[in-house]
Amino acid sequence: MSDTDAELKTVIFDTLRAALTKPAELSEATHIVDDLGLDSVAVMDFVMEIEDRLDLSVPLDKIAEIQTLGDLLNVLRGLKGGA
Amino acid sequence: MGLLDKYAALGAQYAQVEAAGVNPFNVTFEAMVSATEGRYRGKPVLLLGTNNYLGLTYDPGVVEAALAATRAEGTGTTGSRIANGSYGGHKGLETELADFYGRRHAMVFTTGYQANLGMLSVLAGKDDHLILDADSHASIYDGAKLGNAQVTRFRHNSPEDLDARLRRLDGTPGEKVIVVEGIYSMLGDTAPLREFAEVKRKWGAYLVVDEAHSLGVLGATGRGLAEAAGVEAEADFIVGTFSKSLAGVGGFCVSDIEGFDVLRVATRPYMFTASLPPGVIAATRAALAALRARPELRARLNDNAARLYNGLAGLGFALGPEPNPVVSAIMPSPEMAFAFWARLLEAGLYTNVSLPPATPKGLALLRSSVSAAHSPAQIEQAIGMFEAVGREMGIIGAEARPAPG
Repeated sequence: MSDTDAELKTVIFDTLRAALTKPAELSEATHIVDDLGLDSVAVMDFVMEIEDRLDLSVPLDKIAEIQTLGDLLNVLRGLKGGA
Repeated sequence: MGLLDKYAALGAQYAQVEAAGVNPFNVTFEAMVSATEGRYRGKPVLLLGTNNYLGLTYDPGVVEAALAATRAEGTGTTGSRIANGSYGGHKGLETELADFYGRRHAMVFTTGYQANLGMLSVLAGKDDHLILDADSHASIYDGAKLGNAQVTRFRHNSPEDLDARLRRLDGTPGEKVIVVEGIYSMLGDTAPLREFAEVKRKWGAYLVVDEAHSLGVLGATGRGLAEAAGVEAEADFIVGTFSKSLAGVGGFCVSDIEGFDVLRVATRPYMFTASLPPGVIAATRAALAALRARPELRARLNDNAARLYNGLAGLGFALGPEPNPVVSAIMPSPEMAFAFWARLLEAGLYTNVSLPPATPKGLALLRSSVSAAHSPAQIEQAIGMFEAVGREMGIIGAEARPAPG
């Protein structure tokens, strides 16, 4: 795993932990809707926090395709122009 | 495995509300009596959740116009304007809307929802960018989805975040189209439109303002927030609806942009649906004339809005940030919102329940909307019912309400 990947993962997990009301085990396999119970707007709001921290914009069609935290990592990696 | 199994969770929630005996999402009135009164389960009910801002649904001139046009031209057009032809009334209404807004062009849609679908799906094309306020109405999100543009959302009412998103797109090919609303329908808050206009100018973007809840409500002549904020020249497109202040159904877009009329053969939500019936068109024209000729309606509406907002705020209810005809009380939970709503209805007051994901920040809202047709006494009566239920449920404090004045 590259340094950038590790950083992106930290950003995702930290942001999500701050947004969740109860603690949860987080991994790349975590399903955002099924495991964490976020609704469509909550998912977009959580992605917005990440957009701020990484200074990038994630288009809505990309967000719609994201199911797991691993999917999100892939999208962010693509937008960051990494790997 | 059934076709509708994917809705199991939603269905379970709905069944739970239905089992409680009063479901805010499934109310059928036995009768409408006036713009502010109806009947529900055998009892009179005061209507405080209709979006009937100017109260024109029973206006004699509006009603007579609908009747006369229906008698003269029939109940429906039975087809689309592109395939089956426009009536004089469609053109007449477009001319009057353009005149009201001081714009060169107007296009009428069959609903306000379709106006947003129709405009947002075509204004930004495949290589363009749509940038939406995060709290945008579902019709804006759906219009964005129907088109081919890249869509991003910015933090609600944040010119700074809009600026950041346009900065990130700097140098990216394609036009940038910003979409905001005049008054947001959930909390009744307005957009900082002057600041948005500045950001728009800075980056050379286009600006669409949805005035669905602000037409007839804001501005010196009732044109909406763009007029009130003095930035109409920067609002390249105004979208709105006939189903609130104009007491009917339908939607529109006005603009000065060169070549506007080509959209009539480009936008599918305009082309592939039946046009508005003559009675609706005639009623809308009469309502628009009333909106223009009777500014006292707007004054009464805003007096009522301030009375309700200040009354509820004075009782200790947590409300949206500013007094507008949409007045939403923030409830501690969806369950409390349902219970509060049901008790108000039992007492004879009809309001709305709004829940996430339709609401921002996961809020459960008990939403009211006032009308110019409400008397001050009706608004006081409503405040009294809120007070009684609020104290009973412990949502506001137990101390007596201070005497007015």
